Amino acid sequence: MLASLIIVFREVLEAGLIIGIVMAATKGVVGRGRWVAIGIGAGIVGSCVVAWFADAISGMFADTGQEMFNACVLLVAVVMLAWHNAWMAQHGREMARDMAAVGRAVSNGEQSLAALAVVIGVAVLREGAEVVLFLTGILASEEGGLTTVLAGGLGGVALGALMSTLMYVGLLRIPTRHLFRVTTWLLTLLAAGMAATAMSFLAQAGVLESGGTILWDSSWILRDKSVLGQALHVLIGYTDRPTEAQLAAYVATVLAILALTRVAGGGGKPALADRRVANPAE
Amino acid sequence: MRPLIAPLALCAALLAPMTSALADDAPITIVIKDHMFTPAEVKVPANKRVTLLVDNQDATSEEFESAELKVEKIVGGRKQIKVSFGPLKPGKYPFFGEFHEATAKGVVIAE
Repeated sequence: MLASLIIVFREVLEAGLIIGIVMAATKGVVGRGRWVAIGIGAGIVGSCVVAWFADAISGMFADTGQEMFNACVLLVAVVMLAWHNAWMAQHGREMARDMAAVGRAVSNGEQSLAALAVVIGVAVLREGAEVVLFLTGILASEEGGLTTVLAGGLGGVALGALMSTLMYVGLLRIPTRHLFRVTTWLLTLLAAGMAATAMSFLAQAGVLESGGTILWDSSWILRDKSVLGQALHVLIGYTDRPTEAQLAAYVATVLAILALTRVAGGGGKPALADRRVANPAE
Repeated sequence: MRPLIAPLALCAALLAPMTSALADDAPITIVIKDHMFTPAEVKVPANKRVTLLVDNQDATSEEFESAELKVEKIVGGRKQIKVSFGPLKPGKYPFFGEFHEATAKGVVIAE
């Protein structure tokens, strides 16, 4: 029972930490709770659907369906994170100065929240499908039972939710003035880490044949499957055995998002004008 | 979920033609039974891409995983999957079943 709890916890940890970061990154934005809930809910429903069709998915693309699915889902999240950061670059200044103004920017904000809901959704989907397969496997076997599944499933998810809360509370200790700069960086590095993981799945599928050389092995210091390793994986994209392709994808993603936010945030004056309109009380 | 379907389908469609060159000669089979791998020691040729057929005869699911091989893949209860990796330098590459880590252990030996 404890073993199943630990496995479920390990699977939901990443999604939990991502939810914590997204909650911090959207602090004060009206309607964020609903979007986060939609993301989690859609992710759970999607997990069940993906687990149900696991065999069919696995058999696609010459038996590399599972890898391709993971890679695609990760790349979708990368695009959504890039989009969110570009939006933040346009509107972030107003947010940092005056939280009240943010509520009025909600019509614009909804798009960005939707992008983050997709990020949460796919994070839950990816790990959730594995949890569903794991738990239904226990149900199907004679050795297990409903108690194991319930205790392991609920306990693991509860622990994941606790880590999510800790991440959120921890990030909120950052003064509001700096919070969005920090979360923007965290989301950029999260995207870079996801792009790197996507490369790993593409290599596993045999789609990506070059850049497979492992550059270094820091698993003797910190394994990326440990709780701290996974937390660092989500926070900065830590991987203990990165390949050339993974490093290249990581660097390229950071540079691309920085360039995108520079372009999006380029018009400093319109942002200021926006703020005036948005907050006539000032 | 709906916004996801279009980009996923597009992504899959773009990447699909690239997977055609994957088919290998007859894969080496590893059987999972009672949460153990048989054979637990698998010899594969070095410097060549290798495909293993993992045949899970247990009712429970398993995740075939190896940090050394940079592979992680779920195999459902009483299901089979193919896992590809390499080309490998000669050496030992441990793998394990993440869902039953205590017993499901094995090693790939590339030579």
